[in-house]
Amino acid sequence: MAHIADGVLAVPVLVTGALVSAGLLTLALRRLDEAQFPQAAVFAATFFVASLISVPIGPSTVHLLLNGLMGLLLGWIVVPALFVALLLQAVFFGHGGLTALGVNTLNLAVPALFCALLLRPLLVRPTRQRALLAGAAAGVLAVLLTGLLLAASLALSGSALVPAARVIAVAFVPLAAVEALISAVILAFLYRVEPSLLLAGQVQHG
Amino acid sequence: MRHAASLALPQALQGGAYTGWLATLDARLRIVAALLFASLVVTLGQLPALLGAWLLALVALPAAGLSWRLLTRLLPLALLLSVLLLTLPFSVPGRVLWQVGPLRLSQEGLILALLIWLRASAVLLMLLALVASMEPARFGRALGQLGLPRKLVTLLLLTLRQSQLIGAEYQRLRLAMRARGFVAASNRHTWNSLGWLMGMLLVRSLARARRLQEALRCRGYRGYLPLLDAGGWRQRDSLALPLLGLVLGGLWLLEHLPVGGN
Repeated sequence: MAHIADGVLAVPVLVTGALVSAGLLTLALRRLDEAQFPQAAVFAATFFVASLISVPIGPSTVHLLLNGLMGLLLGWIVVPALFVALLLQAVFFGHGGLTALGVNTLNLAVPALFCALLLRPLLVRPTRQRALLAGAAAGVLAVLLTGLLLAASLALSGSALVPAARVIAVAFVPLAAVEALISAVILAFLYRVEPSLLLAGQVQHG
Repeated sequence: MRHAASLALPQALQGGAYTGWLATLDARLRIVAALLFASLVVTLGQLPALLGAWLLALVALPAAGLSWRLLTRLLPLALLLSVLLLTLPFSVPGRVLWQVGPLRLSQEGLILALLIWLRASAVLLMLLALVASMEPARFGRALGQLGLPRKLVTLLLLTLRQSQLIGAEYQRLRLAMRARGFVAASNRHTWNSLGWLMGMLLVRSLARARRLQEALRCRGYRGYLPLLDAGGWRQRDSLALPLLGLVLGGLWLLEHLPVGGN
């Protein structure tokens, strides 16, 4: 849903997206110690698998984005993790695109980093309420922000795409509701079962 | 059987052991060729050039040993693309072909939708033929040889393997839920259960990450994986270069030369 295919966006948008996401990737990779990579890979793979699960909503099903939760739990690792997942999906699943990879990475990674920055303080001394709140907020914020960025990348590619951008932005609202609910459930579950996963920065420095 | 279908994750489109001519070429060459083709095609705006690109991509599929039947799996078009294709013919002003109430179907809009669809599917088909026909691990190694940062390649190779393992873990958990009579529906119970399922996957991956780290350390892991199997450059790869040039040059000419009355 959040993956733009090749051939839709205008070339300036594609180039800007590629350059900015390359910069963000470089920045993120520089912050990571290579010894953390096995852990980063396992979590990247877990979120990748979880985002392939169909969740029923109304008469149809959706796939969760989970980028808010990823940002919250992984911190900076989220940028290369999303890039790798999107690349694999474009190449081996036919979802998304090769030239749109930069834009697609940005549309998911920027909201994820935003959630990390904004909501991690909630998890410094976690309680069940805080875990629920952080999960719900991460779900809503990340999905709505991703929808806005997605609509903006379409709208910037030509005025003909503006109506489609509007339809897509509206379609993200029910997704945000389900994602908020499930993210809250996930964090409350982790709080009860494996609180060490919630401690901000634990994954990064573990 | 509906339940069995909802249990499965979407399948990757690759199989790995293709014997078509394109699939025997050097992995690096195929990745670069796909990238060049994609970069050129997204800049094309003329119908003849795009039709040419689309036909080439269609021919590339059997040339790589892939069956056209693969395409039926792509038929449930990406939701986003279908929204675009449905709104464009009505949103672009131009010569009205058909009108119902406030909806006006314009010729310009239809053509724009067609161009976008041709671009999207040409790149997708070429990507399938050239890259999805290779083994995923070989794809990762070739990216490393092409100069992608070592950290990113390491992450990609580990993520590839781990997503297979965690995919299998997910299938087991889901099967256990089904054995206890779980049926996914649009209700609070389903969303709770799926949340717990995803939470459980995360909990298990923490343990998995620790095991993986220890196993790798045991084998002398220093933060990166050696890129084995250079899969040397062969004569047939050199022979494929002029063909690549011909394809890209031909498409460029179709776009930029005045053809017929244009």
